[in-house]
Amino acid sequence: MIALGYPSTITATYYLILAAILFTIGGVGLLVRRNTLVMFMCIELMLNAANLTFVSYAKALNDISGQVIVFFTLVVAAAEVAVGLAIIVAIFRRRQNIVADDADLLKG
Amino acid sequence: MDARNILDLAWLIPLFPAVGAAVLLLFGKRIGEPLAGWFATAMISLSFVASLVAFFALFSLHPDAARTNVSQGFTWIAAGSFRADFSFLVDPLSSTMILFVTGVGALIHLYAIGYMHGDPRFSRFFAYLNLFAASMLVLVLGSNYLMTFMGWEGVGLCSYLLISFWFERNSAAVAGKKAFITNRVGDFGFMLAMFMIFKYVGTLNYSALKAVPALHLGGATITAIALLLFVGAMGKSAQVPLHIWLPDAMEGPTPVSALIHAATMVTAGVFLVVRSSVFYDLSSHASTIVAWVGAITALSAATVALVQYDIKRVLAYSTISQLGYMFLAAGVHAYSAAIFHMVMHAFFKALLFLGAGSVIHGMHNEQDMRRMGGLRKYMPITAGTFIVGWLAIAGIIPFAGFWSKDEILAKAWFHHDYGLWAVGAVAALLTAFYMTRQVWLVFYDGERWRDAPAEADVEAAHAEVHEPHESPWIMTLPLVALATLTIFGGVLDLPFINYHANRLDAWLGPVAQAGHEASSFELALGLSTIALILGVVGIIVGRAVYKNGLNADGADPGVVRLGGFANVLANAYYLDVGLARFVSGPVTWFARLLSDGVDREVIDGAVNGIARGAREAGGGLRRIQTGLVRNYALAIMIGMSALLVWVAARATL
Amino acid sequence: MEAAVFFVCAALVLTGAFGVVLSRNPVHSALFLLLTLASIAVLFLELNAGLVAAVQIVVYASAIVVLFLFVITLLGVDQHESLDEPQPFQRIAAIVFGALVLISILALAHGNRWVTGAHSTRGQLDVARTGNVQRLAESLFTNFVWAFEMTAVLLVIAVVGGVVLARRSGHRPQVPAGGEAGA
Repeated sequence: MIALGYPSTITATYYLILAAILFTIGGVGLLVRRNTLVMFMCIELMLNAANLTFVSYAKALNDISGQVIVFFTLVVAAAEVAVGLAIIVAIFRRRQNIVADDADLLKG
Repeated sequence: MDARNILDLAWLIPLFPAVGAAVLLLFGKRIGEPLAGWFATAMISLSFVASLVAFFALFSLHPDAARTNVSQGFTWIAAGSFRADFSFLVDPLSSTMILFVTGVGALIHLYAIGYMHGDPRFSRFFAYLNLFAASMLVLVLGSNYLMTFMGWEGVGLCSYLLISFWFERNSAAVAGKKAFITNRVGDFGFMLAMFMIFKYVGTLNYSALKAVPALHLGGATITAIALLLFVGAMGKSAQVPLHIWLPDAMEGPTPVSALIHAATMVTAGVFLVVRSSVFYDLSSHASTIVAWVGAITALSAATVALVQYDIKRVLAYSTISQLGYMFLAAGVHAYSAAIFHMVMHAFFKALLFLGAGSVIHGMHNEQDMRRMGGLRKYMPITAGTFIVGWLAIAGIIPFAGFWSKDEILAKAWFHHDYGLWAVGAVAALLTAFYMTRQVWLVFYDGERWRDAPAEADVEAAHAEVHEPHESPWIMTLPLVALATLTIFGGVLDLPFINYHANRLDAWLGPVAQAGHEASSFELALGLSTIALILGVVGIIVGRAVYKNGLNADGADPGVVRLGGFANVLANAYYLDVGLARFVSGPVTWFARLLSDGVDREVIDGAVNGIARGAREAGGGLRRIQTGLVRNYALAIMIGMSALLVWVAARATL
Repeated sequence: MEAAVFFVCAALVLTGAFGVVLSRNPVHSALFLLLTLASIAVLFLELNAGLVAAVQIVVYASAIVVLFLFVITLLGVDQHESLDEPQPFQRIAAIVFGALVLISILALAHGNRWVTGAHSTRGQLDVARTGNVQRLAESLFTNFVWAFEMTAVLLVIAVVGGVVLARRSGHRPQVPAGGEAGA
C-alpha cells in the first residue's frame, strides 16, 4: 500500500494506514496464538496502534487533546499489564501451564 | 283504573310463581309438608286470578286491532341496532294461553299435594313446579322471541329437574338427560331462526311481525325461518323424530306428566308456530311440511300406543299424537283450530293423566295395565272422570274433543288437503280404539290384580292382596273440575252459532288466521258427521276386541291379532334403538377421531412441538458458550468488524 | 528527511509486529515487541509529541517489556508453542475478520466525510515560543484535571489488585498458639 516512489510530504494518512495495519496484526495475533503472554503482547500492539492514531490526529487537527489522551491510555495500559500478569501468574500456579485453551471452566 | 293500566301490571302474572319458587327453594325444608304445597298452589292461583283480570281487561278493549298491550319492563339488551326488552305482551293469544296454563296448573298443584304426600323432597317438588309455571308464563307473555326463548329454556330445565325428580332411579335420571338433550337439538333450530329473524326483519319483537309481508323477503329466507322455528317446536312438542324423550319422560311423578307433558310445556311448540304464523302464511312449502310432519306424527304415535302396557305410556303416545293434530292444523293455516284443540287437549289430557295417577296411587304404584281391571267399583270418581276424558279424546259429541278435532279435519278438507284429512281420520279411528282398550282393561273386565303378585313385588308378597282404594278429596276434586271443563269446553268455539265467525276465530283474528272457510253448510255438517262416526266406530271395534279382557294366557288379543308387526310397534319403529346405534357407532367414531386424532396429535402436538423447539433451540445455542477465551475474542472481533463496516459505510458512502 | 524516517520506522514497526505474532518462542516475541515500541516512540517524535515519546520509552519500552520478560522467565514458559490449531476455523475466521477490520479502518481513514479539519479551540498544538511539555501540562492540569486524578486512583487500585492476585492462594495465616490443624 505504500506507494513506490518518493512522496512529497508525509501526510497524516500515512500514519493512519500504518496504525491500521498494526492494529490488524495485533488483532489477528490475539486470535491465533495460544500462549497467554503472547496474547497479551498482541493486545499491547493494538493499544499502540490506537496511540499512534491519536497522536497523528493531534498533529493533523492541531489539538493537544490527542496527546493528553495518549497519556491516559499509557497509564491504563500499564495498570492493565500489571494486573493481567498477576492473574496469569495466579493461573499458572494452579495448572502449571498457560495455554489459553485449557481455561474453559465457563463452558456452557 | 282503565284496562290499559291493568294490563300494564301483566308482569305480576309470572311474578307470583317465581316468588313462590324462590321462597320454596330457600325455605322449603323449614316450611315443610303440606304447607309448601298449599303455598305453591296459592301462588299459581293468584296468577290465575291475575290472568282472568287481564283477560277481561283485554276483552273490554275495542276494536279488535287494539287488543294488544305491551307492559314495558326494563331494557334488557341494547347493543348497536339490536334491542330486546324485558317486557310482556298481552294479546288474545297470550291471554288465552295464560288462562289455561294457570288454571290447569292450579288444579294440578292441588292434586300434587295429595299425590306427593310422604315424599322426602316434597317442598323441592313444589319449588320446581312453581319455577316451571313462572318459566312457562314468561314464555307465553314475552313480547319478543328472546323472552320466549328464555322461558323456553326455563321450561326445558324444569322438565329435566322434574322428570329426574326421583333420581335415585337410574331410569329416571337417564330419562331427564334424554329430554334435555333432545330439546337442545330443537333449541338449536330455534336459535338459528332467531338469528335469521334479527338479520332480515331487524328486530325480535312480536309487534314487528305484522310488517313482515311488507318487507318482501325472499322465499327461501321465509321458508328457512319457518322451518327452523318448526325444528325448535318439534323438539319441545315431541314431533317425529324428536319425540323420543316424551315416553321416557313418564318416569317423572304423574302430576309432572300431567302438567308439563300434557297440558303446557309441550304446547309451547304449537304456541311458537302460531305466534310466528306470518312466516307460515308466506311460505307454502314450510306449512306443508309442518302439516305433514304433524300428520305422520299423529298416525305413527297412535299406532305405537296400540300395544303399550304401561298406563302412562299409552297416554304419552296419545299426547304425541294429539300434538301432531295441532301441527296439522297449523300447517293448513287453521291456527285458531290448533289453539282450540290445544286448550281442549289440555283439559282432557290433564284429566286423563291425573286419573291415571289416581289409579296408580290407588293400586299402590302399579302401572302395568295387565295387572289392573274392574277398578270402577273401587274408584268410582276416578273411573267416572276418566270415562269423560276418554269420550272427549275419542271425539264424541258433545265433549270438548269432538269440536276441536272435527274442526281440524274440516279445515284440512277445506284447504283441499285430502291426504291430510285421510291420515287424520285414520289416526282418529286409532285414537278411539286404543283409548277404549285402556279404559276397558283398567276399569272394566275382571279383577286381574287379584292374581299372583308381580315378580317385582316380591318384598310385598303378603298373603292378603291390597284392595285398591279411591284417592283422597284433594286428588279427586281436580279430576271433577277438569271433567266439568271437558264437558262444557266446547262452548268456546261452537261452529253453529255464527258459522262465518267462530268465537275463537274472531278472538284470535288479530294474531293469526282462522283458516279457510267452509264452502257450504252441508259440507261442514257432513264432515262433522264423518268425524263422529269415526269415533264411534273406533269405540265399537275396541269394545269388540277387548270384551273379554285379556286372553286366557294373559296375552293381549289386539297384540296377538297384529302378529309380528306388534313388535315393531312396541319398539316404536326401532327409532330409539336406531339412534342409540348411530350414536354409539359413527358419532362415537367421530368423537374418538377428534379426541385422539385432532386433539392429541394436532393440538397437543403443536403445543408440545413448540416446547420441544424451544428446548432444542436452547440446546443448540448452548454450544456457542465454549468457555474458551479465544472464541470469545473471535466473537468480539466479529462484532467489532460488523460495527466498523457499518460506520465506514456511513462515513464514506 | 521526514519521509525516510517515516518509512524506516514503519518498516521496523511492522517487522516487530510480525515478529511478535509469528515467533514460536515467547522471549523472542517480547524482544520483537520491544523493537516495535521503540520505533513507535521515534514516530511520536516525528509527530511533534516529545513528552509522549519519552513516556513511551520509559513506561512501555522499558517497564512493560521488562515485566513481560520477568514473568516469562519466572514461570519458565519459554517453550515453543505447537503449530496445530485445536479450534476449527479459528485461523480462517481471524484472517477474514481481520481483513474486514483493516479495510474498514482504511476506508474510514482515507475517505471519511466527518473530519472537517477545523482546528480546535481547546488547546493548540503549535503555539509560538511554547514547548510541547508546557503545552501538554497546561492542558492536562486544567482541562483534564479530573481524569488525571482518576488515573491516580486507577494506579492505586492496580497496585492493590496486583498484590492481592499474586499472593499464594489457599495460604492460611499460621495460628501462633495451639496445634490446631486449621480453621
